[in-house]
Amino acid sequence: MHVQTTPAAGSAAAILAATDAREFLTFTLGSEEYGVDILKVQEIRGYDTVTRLPDAPHYIKGVINLRGTIVPVIDLRLKFNLGEAAYDASTVMIVLNVDKRVVSVVVDSVSDVTALKGDQLRPAPEFGSAMDTRFITGIGAVEERMLILLDIEKLMTSAEMGLVAAQAAQ
Amino acid sequence: MAIDLSRFVATFFEESREGLDTMESGLLRLDQGEHDVELINAIFRAAHSMKGGAGSFGFTAITELTHLLETLLDQMRSGKRAITRDAVDALLASVDVLRHLLGAAQSGDAVDATRLAEICGRLKSILDGTGGAAAPAAAAAIEPPATPAGWHVRFTPHPHLFMTGNDPLRILSELFALGPCSVDCDLSGLPEFGALDPTQAHLGWTVELRAGVARAVVEDLFSWVEGDCTLAIEPLVAPAPAAQPAVAVANPAAVADAPAAPSNVVPLREEKAPAAAAAAPESSIRVAVSKVDALINLVGELVITQAMLKQQSAMLDPVLNEKLLNGLNQLDRNTRDLQEAVMGVRMMPVDFVFSRFPRMVRDLAGKLGKQVRLKTTGEGTELDKGVIEKISDPLVHLIRNAVDHGLEMPDDRTASGKEECGTITLSASHQGGHIVIEVGDDGRGLDRDRILAKARERGMPMPDNPSDSDVFQFIFLPGLSTAKEVTDVSGRGVGMDVVKKNIVALGGSIDIASKRGEGTRITIRLPLTLAILDGMSVAVGEEVFIVPLGVVVESLQIKDGDIRTVNGSGRLLKVRSEYLPLMSLGDAFGVKRTQRDDTLPIAVIVEGDGRRVALEVDELVGQQQVVVKSLESNYRRIQGVSGATILGDGRVALIIDVGGLTRGLAEAA
Repeated sequence: MHVQTTPAAGSAAAILAATDAREFLTFTLGSEEYGVDILKVQEIRGYDTVTRLPDAPHYIKGVINLRGTIVPVIDLRLKFNLGEAAYDASTVMIVLNVDKRVVSVVVDSVSDVTALKGDQLRPAPEFGSAMDTRFITGIGAVEERMLILLDIEKLMTSAEMGLVAAQAAQ
Repeated sequence: MAIDLSRFVATFFEESREGLDTMESGLLRLDQGEHDVELINAIFRAAHSMKGGAGSFGFTAITELTHLLETLLDQMRSGKRAITRDAVDALLASVDVLRHLLGAAQSGDAVDATRLAEICGRLKSILDGTGGAAAPAAAAAIEPPATPAGWHVRFTPHPHLFMTGNDPLRILSELFALGPCSVDCDLSGLPEFGALDPTQAHLGWTVELRAGVARAVVEDLFSWVEGDCTLAIEPLVAPAPAAQPAVAVANPAAVADAPAAPSNVVPLREEKAPAAAAAAPESSIRVAVSKVDALINLVGELVITQAMLKQQSAMLDPVLNEKLLNGLNQLDRNTRDLQEAVMGVRMMPVDFVFSRFPRMVRDLAGKLGKQVRLKTTGEGTELDKGVIEKISDPLVHLIRNAVDHGLEMPDDRTASGKEECGTITLSASHQGGHIVIEVGDDGRGLDRDRILAKARERGMPMPDNPSDSDVFQFIFLPGLSTAKEVTDVSGRGVGMDVVKKNIVALGGSIDIASKRGEGTRITIRLPLTLAILDGMSVAVGEEVFIVPLGVVVESLQIKDGDIRTVNGSGRLLKVRSEYLPLMSLGDAFGVKRTQRDDTLPIAVIVEGDGRRVALEVDELVGQQQVVVKSLESNYRRIQGVSGATILGDGRVALIIDVGGLTRGLAEAA
């Protein structure tokens, strides 16, 4: 077993070392592969027509009816500036439970559930000021694949996301 | 085995609060001269069960105070003490202190010791005063009662006792276990052999227990059969005649008039009628509000699913699918019934708000030196819990106003040929899908001319020949209602604008009728529930929006010549002789319009926050009841949107908040 040498507190490496292995749901956005903590995922659904919301950022597509609950839909491709992909049969929504809220994100396709051990994990890359990596907890290496691990909770509750009222975000 | 009491504490607090409400309303009725023994009994019972509960949980301050209350009430009940206004005042004040103590016990805050000492002193001084028998009683009240040499227990089970799974033999044997006993069996209730029903309890027992145990120990034995028996527990040797009043356990009929000599078994057979009546109230269970809300949500979903099925089934061939369609019709009816029944669970009688007013009016009248009678009707009218909670503050305000400004001083009333005592009426009733609450007074009424003058002074727009109701609506405007001069003269007060705002926020409306010298009547109309809304669905492009029906004034087709522009951009719609700002719902909500050349746009005239606006939409879809869903639980608030709902086809539609839209318009201007 891999022995971790005093990892930075709060990093994904630290979390993983503590729990041995954790599972991530992986999905693709354009040519990039991402992973979110499986425990945050409520369900996966096909894309549905949304009801647009006035006065919302362009990446918030609108709201859907999820068995009686009104759930906002976020297009992660638009949020991450990966261009506007067409909505087709493989376009899916991942319904997430973050911070007692239910939100749904649109992704190109869902790949699989991958268990990552501590030694498969790399720290989040530093791009300097060129790129915002606040919402990336680390990089997962699975054979030839590279997974970008997202801190989905931090992302969804951040003030710039516009999902929550400004004062509630803090 | 130690029993964890903490989980019972919440119930104790809840029940004690109810007990306090019972005591308060009972005391107020006493104050109005209803000197019914059953009424005092009810107050006594409430105090007694609070004392018992507080004792088990170790809230000594509450135990101490309720004990004093009990002593005083007991003397009133036995006719040893006249029910004076002074005593009722003291009792009411102690109810307030008890409330404070309960709150302190619940939150763990410090108890206001001076307040407690003051009220205890007040009660004791009443107990010490007038009436020879009071002195020993007071002494007994201050010191905890000494444990007597034994107890004289008279226990007569009601016939149905066996049905409750209890066995008197077991209770008796436990009683024997406490110490030496002598028992007399009372056979008087035993029918003839032929009429004997072996499933009924016919016997009664008189037990003399010679053991120095606490009363609570004896009472505990009977705690399972409370209400199923007639029970009297008296000390075997009373230290002083009045010191140890007989305490009824759960059954008012068991208590005799005053503490009697120990050997004198309380003869109460003929008083059984009230006991039977007391057992009659409907049984109820306590359920957490969150559970009820979850149930309502589930039913809401069921209704939506059902609507979807119905829509889909419309395309089926009625001949081939007859059975399926019949089934769906049945489902339709059942869902509707289920929804109604579930909504009914959240309904509470309006009495929950009304019951606090007698006390408030009494205090207020006392403070102002006025004489006021409060008449309430329709307390049983049911209303959604959410609405009830929100209606409380506006009603307090209106009633305060009525007492303070509406009613005249007694002298003025006599001078104008009215009865000295003013009357405030508070009534609730159902009218159609609404509940109507009226607050009326027989005071001086509104001064139309003064309001009109004031409104003119402030340059408020008004019609040429304003009707009374037009004029009275002015007092709801913020500028006017805060003006002190008008307030005092017109008799209507500060913050009427807030009252109106609250009512309108609930989807209701408020009206005033008033006649000079005869009084004022304020009528509030409210929807029965906040969870369902009557809406008009309108289409803009591909999207459907819901406009609350309550704000819709009219809708009409826009003709070419009706739209005028101001400064080239602001659009006004000519409706008869008025020019209303015209707002495109599509533009406001950023919806792409599909060009429809064949149909003319439609304007829906809505009124929100006192201003009228015309909303331009593509199509009127229909009217329907919609289930209001929160947008904020997973998203945030959007200006101009009050919530969302789910349409029959499963899509989400936004509900328009007209007030928010027009405010947005005003801010943009």
